[in-house]
Amino acid sequence: MMEQLDQIEREALAALASVNDPTALEQWRVRHLGRNSALANALGDLGKLPKEARPAAGKRGNEVKQALEAAHAARAEALRQAELERAMTSGAVDVTLPGRPVAVGRLHPHTQVLRELFRIFAEMGFQIYRSRDVETDDYNFGFLNMPPHHPARDQWDTFHTQTPGILLRTHTSPGQIHAMREYSRNGAAPEPIRVILPGMCYRYEQVTARADMQFLQMEGLAVGRGIRLSDLKGTLSDFARRLFGPTVRTRFRADHFPFTEPSAEMDVECFVCAGQGCPVCKHSGWLEILGCGMVHPTVLEHGGYDPRVYSGFAFGMGPQRIFMLKHKINDIRSFLQNDLRFLEQF
Amino acid sequence: MKIPLSWLKDFVDITLSPEEIAYKLTFGGLEVEEIEYVGWPRPAAGGRQEFKTSGLSWDREKIVVAQILEVRPHPNADRLTLLRLDDGSGQERIVLTGAPNLFPYKGQGPLPKPLKVAYAREGAVLYDGHKPGRELMTLKRARIRGVESDSMVCSEKELGLSDEHEGILLLDDDAPVGAPLADYMGDVVYTVKTNPNMARNLNVYGVAREIAALTGQRLRPLDDAVRAEGPSIQGQVAVEIRVPALNPRFVAALIKGVVIGPSPYTVQRRLRLAGVRPINNVVDATNYAMLEIGQPLHAFDYDVLVKRAGGRAPTIITRLPEPGETLTTLDGVRRQLDDFTILVCDTAGALSLGGIMGGAESEVSDRTVNVLLEGAAWEFINIRRTSHAQKLHSEAAYRFARGIHPAMTVRGVSRGIELMRRWAGGVVQQGLIDEYPQPAPTVVVDLPVAEVERLLGISLSAEEIVRILESLEFRCEIQEKRLEPGLPSPICISVTVPDHRLDIGSGVVGQADLIEEIARIYGYERIPETTLADSLPPQRRNLSLEREELTRDLLAGAGLQEVQNYSLTTPEKERRLLPASVPPDDRPYVTVVNPITPERAHLRHSVLASVLETAAGNLRLRDRLALFEIGLVFLPGEGGDADARPPALPDERRRLAIVLTGARQPVAWQGADRALMDFFDLKGVVEALTRGLHLAGVTYAPAAHPSFLPGRTAQLLLGDQPAGWLGELHPAVREQFDLPNQPVLAADLDLEVLLANVDELFPARPVPEYPPVKEDLALIVADETPAAQVQAAIAQAGGALVAEITLFDVYRGDQVGAGKKSLAFRLTYQAPDRTLTDADVAKVRGRIVRRLQDELGAVLRG
Repeated sequence: MMEQLDQIEREALAALASVNDPTALEQWRVRHLGRNSALANALGDLGKLPKEARPAAGKRGNEVKQALEAAHAARAEALRQAELERAMTSGAVDVTLPGRPVAVGRLHPHTQVLRELFRIFAEMGFQIYRSRDVETDDYNFGFLNMPPHHPARDQWDTFHTQTPGILLRTHTSPGQIHAMREYSRNGAAPEPIRVILPGMCYRYEQVTARADMQFLQMEGLAVGRGIRLSDLKGTLSDFARRLFGPTVRTRFRADHFPFTEPSAEMDVECFVCAGQGCPVCKHSGWLEILGCGMVHPTVLEHGGYDPRVYSGFAFGMGPQRIFMLKHKINDIRSFLQNDLRFLEQF
Repeated sequence: MKIPLSWLKDFVDITLSPEEIAYKLTFGGLEVEEIEYVGWPRPAAGGRQEFKTSGLSWDREKIVVAQILEVRPHPNADRLTLLRLDDGSGQERIVLTGAPNLFPYKGQGPLPKPLKVAYAREGAVLYDGHKPGRELMTLKRARIRGVESDSMVCSEKELGLSDEHEGILLLDDDAPVGAPLADYMGDVVYTVKTNPNMARNLNVYGVAREIAALTGQRLRPLDDAVRAEGPSIQGQVAVEIRVPALNPRFVAALIKGVVIGPSPYTVQRRLRLAGVRPINNVVDATNYAMLEIGQPLHAFDYDVLVKRAGGRAPTIITRLPEPGETLTTLDGVRRQLDDFTILVCDTAGALSLGGIMGGAESEVSDRTVNVLLEGAAWEFINIRRTSHAQKLHSEAAYRFARGIHPAMTVRGVSRGIELMRRWAGGVVQQGLIDEYPQPAPTVVVDLPVAEVERLLGISLSAEEIVRILESLEFRCEIQEKRLEPGLPSPICISVTVPDHRLDIGSGVVGQADLIEEIARIYGYERIPETTLADSLPPQRRNLSLEREELTRDLLAGAGLQEVQNYSLTTPEKERRLLPASVPPDDRPYVTVVNPITPERAHLRHSVLASVLETAAGNLRLRDRLALFEIGLVFLPGEGGDADARPPALPDERRRLAIVLTGARQPVAWQGADRALMDFFDLKGVVEALTRGLHLAGVTYAPAAHPSFLPGRTAQLLLGDQPAGWLGELHPAVREQFDLPNQPVLAADLDLEVLLANVDELFPARPVPEYPPVKEDLALIVADETPAAQVQAAIAQAGGALVAEITLFDVYRGDQVGAGKKSLAFRLTYQAPDRTLTDADVAKVRGRIVRRLQDELGAVLRG
């Protein structure tokens, strides 16, 4: 009996070694552990043994059964692992194939650059004030210290409409007057102002890669008590550092605008070459970014602010130019041409 | 304006390098646009270059002053000569040249007076005299007609002085032999941009004054002394001003016996460097004086005037033209005169356009002997108008149109007449005719010292302020006078504006003008950077913009590309929005009367037309796109009365246009939904938008609009408020826009209406705690019954327990019979306070089915 059990175990384990799939394993189980298996038969025959031989044979029989069951479980686990392995490797894909395309919507570069400027100025306490595209001569020129026939008007070639005195604004500066008149509506105690004024402007100019007849401009205006040229420098340098990086340097050159006095031009150290000179900055190391100045007393008066009590500064920039510098775009006309091959890059 | 450095040195000592001077000027508000090197050593190329530069530097070793001792014939060539030349090296040179201006000296033996020339040695870099334009060449050793040559004598063109290459340049006799030519006559020319408030600096003396102030140097006084040895001018000419407002001052001088000829070389050279062509000694004197001190002058042939006056002393009259009067100007153009054109006339008629251009008849000619010199003051706005109206621009008009102080007339005429005397000979008649009916007021501004700190943020003493202002020739007096009760300091400076400038106002404007001068000369770079200390304004939201930006985000999130187009278009382009069979939209346009191009002459009525144009352009290169634009449309204001004050402004409204066309998904190797987008793709986008904006009462009404296909058009309504149209574009419209033959879906929405209805405070629904019950309900209804009507009926009948109704299938066909359709809805039943039982659901369902049967004749599909 003992030899018989040993043989059953030997034969069963030997057969198991060649089992390679779940079906064969099940067949093996039926054959070696099933009701009609040699082991079951041998265990059924235990009663036929002499009484004294029964415990040892019974014990041995159970050992064999447990061994075969353990071997079956181990084999089953091995097969499951192998199957899992196979499943994983057979599912390999060419990861260099392109992904499934997603139809992505994008915002126009105008929107993107304005939002960046809005965010920076919002952090600095400037709110957004918008005003109309079609303006009166007074708002575009007169209230801004440029009476009719003033030579300074030469700097702004203007589109006129069929209604005399109505024109397409040449700059966002008319918004300064609108903002000041709104904030000073209560007369005796006009409110302080900190606004930025974005918008489309129009100039009767030959269209070139550097100048378009319609373009984006953004101005800023701060009016209050005790606002000084040094505040203008501090605020705008702060803006430049927020836009171009914390170490960027600025410089201010005297300039002239009819609606500010003193007036200045702000240059920012070229962020492409860090001031070393490169084609982007035309080897000067500096980029002209914005014009600015202290609000002219006449403009303050037109806005309802007494220039002897209030002062302020204003500045204006071309968001398109900033975007062009950052992305090395050479042609300002790209913005309104709407070639999707251009727009989809941003 | 071009300013030679050598000319500036007549008036101010220059201790800084040319580049440092350019920097000072630029930061002081006179932007140097270019530095042209005329022989002067040019900074090495590469690295950082603050200024745009041009020109040629003369190598100090290789280009020197030399003297020709003898001009010998060439043994083998008639048109060449050999020069025996002393270049200061101690050894004589033989130099080959073909210069025709040396032929007269050929074969005369040693010259009694050697000729001073510019001499270039081997390796010198010069402009090639034989090539057009300015092309650099390096001087190399060569053998010409059997004679070895390694050096040359130079022409003006080769040195970059002018385009003159007819002969070599002959220098003045005082030129030091052997000295580097750059040291002897090297120069630098600045191109200076002059802002409108700097008309006083449109001349060498003005720029010299600025340099003196900016560098702390002394400005030498103007030399306006005249050696007048003739009889008095009185009685020889008279002046009559008829419109003092337009011609406040007229000054005249007279010189007799001039000999017309070329000006001295140094004068011609300066004029050329300043960009003015030398003409003759008399005309050059007027131009030289104008360039130097800024007062344009005009020279008349005095004898022509005398003749016109019938042999008597002429009377100059300045007046407005008579009706129909014309004048032929120096440029040969016969000009019709506007009624505001101020003329310089005599008793016989018009002589010149005052302040702009002289007339042909009385101009100085080669035969002129006696010259009457005019220096006048003109009202600058009138000069601008005239110059614009006549389309006539001259150096004089350029300056007068920016404003020149009447005091400059006397200085200009004195300087001009004296230069004529020096260069053309003749005898200056004593005295000037000076008609000055409208003297310019002397401007005095009281500047409280405290104002400087209030506006600049720097604390300057009264003495420092005075020093700065006096460097610009303001006269200052420190006083103790409190202009405003609140000022912290009682110190006030009484500032008298010098009589060469008109740009300083009075009162608070004048104070700002002076403070700008102080900041400029003190230096912007020395002003500290500070933080705004004033209180923040009351913070207000800009809801209009915030919601517009939210709209952009929602549409980009739905996969649409934003575009932005010109506001300017044409009615013809927008006409394409309607089929030709439909009458045009007759709303008037805001029209630009001076368009750059006829393509952009009208402010648009439609953003959709712009986006369709963008779509057509891009569809030449792709077959699928999804675009949107937010922009303004313009309609002329009510009334349109030109005399209304203020004039009626156009109505500006924001519109939103959406255009979709092409396959639903982009091509992909994995396979994609390449079915063409249809009405419901567009509606899906609009629904995503209206939900994202939390608009209440959104409905889509079946509608008819000529731009869209009948039966595939909806009007978007918010409650009963129309908010725009969406639909499939009419094929005729599609063709008119050159769009491809595939469905084009378009929406034209009134963004003002949409954004005005945004519900910022929409309540959130609580997330249910109890499980929902989902159930499908298929209904057969008449084909023409709108799905929205069925859904509304379900919602009403279902009441609060029906939380969600989703249409998931629409079927037409044999199984439901002709004229019918099956709509399958998935209903989600949900109670906020309990788990619904089958009985609860059955009860609601029963209610819905009965309602649909009664109201729409719907049959539950088996």
